[in-house]
Amino acid sequence: MSEQTIPDVRGRGSRAPGGPSSAGRRRSLLRPLLVVALLVVLLVLPLYVEEFWLRTGFAVFGAIVGAIGLNLLVGTSGQLSLAHAFFLAVGAVSYTYVSGESGGLGTRAALRGLELPPVVGLVVGVLLAGLAGLLFSPVAARLRGIYLGVASLGLVFIGVHLLNTWEPVTGGFNGRSAPEFSLFGFTFGNSDPQLFVLGVPFREAERLWYLGLVLALAAYVFARNLLRSRPGRALQTLRDSEVAASVMGVNVQAYKARVFLVSSMYAGLSGVMYALSIGSIAPESFGLLLSIQFLAMIVLGGLGSVGGAALGAVFVTSLPLVFLQFADVLPLVSAPGEGGIAAGVAARFLYGLAIVLVILFEPGGLAGLAHRFRRRGRDPGGGDRPGPSPGPDDSPTSPVPSDRPARGSNST
Amino acid sequence: MTQFLSLLLNGISLGAIYALIALGFVIIFKASEVVSFTQGSLLLLGAYTIARLSGPYGFLVAALAGILVTALAALLIERLVINRLRGAPVISLAIVTIGVDIILLTELIRRIGPDILNVPHPWGGDSVRIGGVGISQNRLIAMLVAGVLIVVFFLAFKYSSWGVAMRASAEDGEAAALMGIRQGRVSALAWVVAGVLAAVAALFLVGAPTPGVSAAVYTVALRAFPAAILGGLDSTGGALVGGLLIGIAEALAAGYQEQLSFLGRGFGEVVPYVVMIIVLLVRPSGLFGTKELTRV
Repeated sequence: MSEQTIPDVRGRGSRAPGGPSSAGRRRSLLRPLLVVALLVVLLVLPLYVEEFWLRTGFAVFGAIVGAIGLNLLVGTSGQLSLAHAFFLAVGAVSYTYVSGESGGLGTRAALRGLELPPVVGLVVGVLLAGLAGLLFSPVAARLRGIYLGVASLGLVFIGVHLLNTWEPVTGGFNGRSAPEFSLFGFTFGNSDPQLFVLGVPFREAERLWYLGLVLALAAYVFARNLLRSRPGRALQTLRDSEVAASVMGVNVQAYKARVFLVSSMYAGLSGVMYALSIGSIAPESFGLLLSIQFLAMIVLGGLGSVGGAALGAVFVTSLPLVFLQFADVLPLVSAPGEGGIAAGVAARFLYGLAIVLVILFEPGGLAGLAHRFRRRGRDPGGGDRPGPSPGPDDSPTSPVPSDRPARGSNST
Repeated sequence: MTQFLSLLLNGISLGAIYALIALGFVIIFKASEVVSFTQGSLLLLGAYTIARLSGPYGFLVAALAGILVTALAALLIERLVINRLRGAPVISLAIVTIGVDIILLTELIRRIGPDILNVPHPWGGDSVRIGGVGISQNRLIAMLVAGVLIVVFFLAFKYSSWGVAMRASAEDGEAAALMGIRQGRVSALAWVVAGVLAAVAALFLVGAPTPGVSAAVYTVALRAFPAAILGGLDSTGGALVGGLLIGIAEALAAGYQEQLSFLGRGFGEVVPYVVMIIVLLVRPSGLFGTKELTRV
């Protein structure tokens, strides 16, 4: 698995150790080429690939956005949060409420909706999620990392309760369907307008694919730039030592609140995309499991690395879908209701195990693995860093794990 | 008034169970600086074992086996995973326990499926009345057992050599290690104790008025987390107070549901988290947790 993903990291992950001095001549040419190649592949994929994969792709793009957001919070600034599902829910619900139609919900309460254009819904979803994050941040900013982890757990349960209770807006227990996305009259649905590109009909899946690609890319670039700028470095200092950060003039409380704001806005966007990809929202989709999935993504990808988060998102999100697709081929895995292990269950086993193994043996995750390979390729023999301490030569944006157990690097 | 007293009593009994779970949580944190998210699935493991074995072997054997299995599982987790990561950042440790939790929980839920496994407690679903206030026998016994266990625990914590060793290593791990206290052993023992406490809590948590062992027991167990946080992660007394507080709040919210209907059905299940967030707003390290002071 990892062998295949490494070129991917290289291509997308422009978060190489910063200074131009460290970049070899060969690599400086290779990187942009790979990036362009990957982009081209992603752009022409809808012309060749079936609808199933495109739908999976859109779900993955949504997850990438969310994972990058969570990584800013957990990986970069070291605040463990299990509340990501809550902020996703805020985004998804706001979108469906703002852009959804009013109407009856079976025999019971009537649904309400503002029927505004979906773009407005998207923006409002992102903003409201950010607002929710900001409202929670006074709690967050006061708590030490681990207290925050458990406190944020509470937010998920409160969120699910709200989703169940607030029927006119959320549709209650059964949820409600999410409105189709459209942009200035161009709908991301199956028709209206009919669209053919090179003879391939561009239906909902194809259109959403491009939407997802654009949003995920934007999220990626924004996060990367954020990390390389002043606030990003401040956040990393914050993670390593709050005392040191405040001595250096970083306003600890304010930065903690801001990173919560940004991270939950990411989650809000991811929530909107989630609603679009499923086509509906329901309380049970936004439970603790979702938060844990996002945590799994960033741990697998490598804490603190933007590209790693994207990679982890691809892995965790597509795993159950791929299992489902190939249920009859894979051993042990089976379609639902046929004995065997259901696809979703198998995937859960796998990423649970992956979390444990990653933390035990490769705390840098996939990004760390790729980084190590790259180093070894460049200076054979001296690939591994000798000591456990993240030395001063670590450039802040390098994908070196934020969380590294204090021990030797003999765990190759 | 009777209703209030009855809710209060039921709340205290529920709180006693929460306190057991929260205590395990706190011990682990004190001994190994790990915030163990495995507590919920360990509890479910105990409940599952008890439910499965009580058919063929009878309740008593099953209960003992459940406690043993859970303690063993906790020990295994500590030896295989946590012990290898000593000195790792707290967040990594917390995340790794989440990973273990996913594996264990997925397997248990797969085995339990949609069923509700019945545990044949010898005291059944009867309830007793104490001065006009009713409480299920199961909860009454739970309260007594939890009380005894907690007292024993606090005595051991204070006087036994294990307790002294643990308090010492919680105070200053490095110094304790230099004085010849084996950190690994202290931590392993803490996990075993936490496993036992979780299994005992499971034993009573799946009795009346709860229907039996189902996947939902896990979410009930999760409500002990607020209890531990509320009291302060590193305070054993805090876990006790936090557990009782959460139990009472939950019972009251569930009991006065009609008056609280504007908050939605099933609000009782969220109350622990609401209480926790409010307390944390005022006291960020919990009620009895040590405040972290930073000096430069």
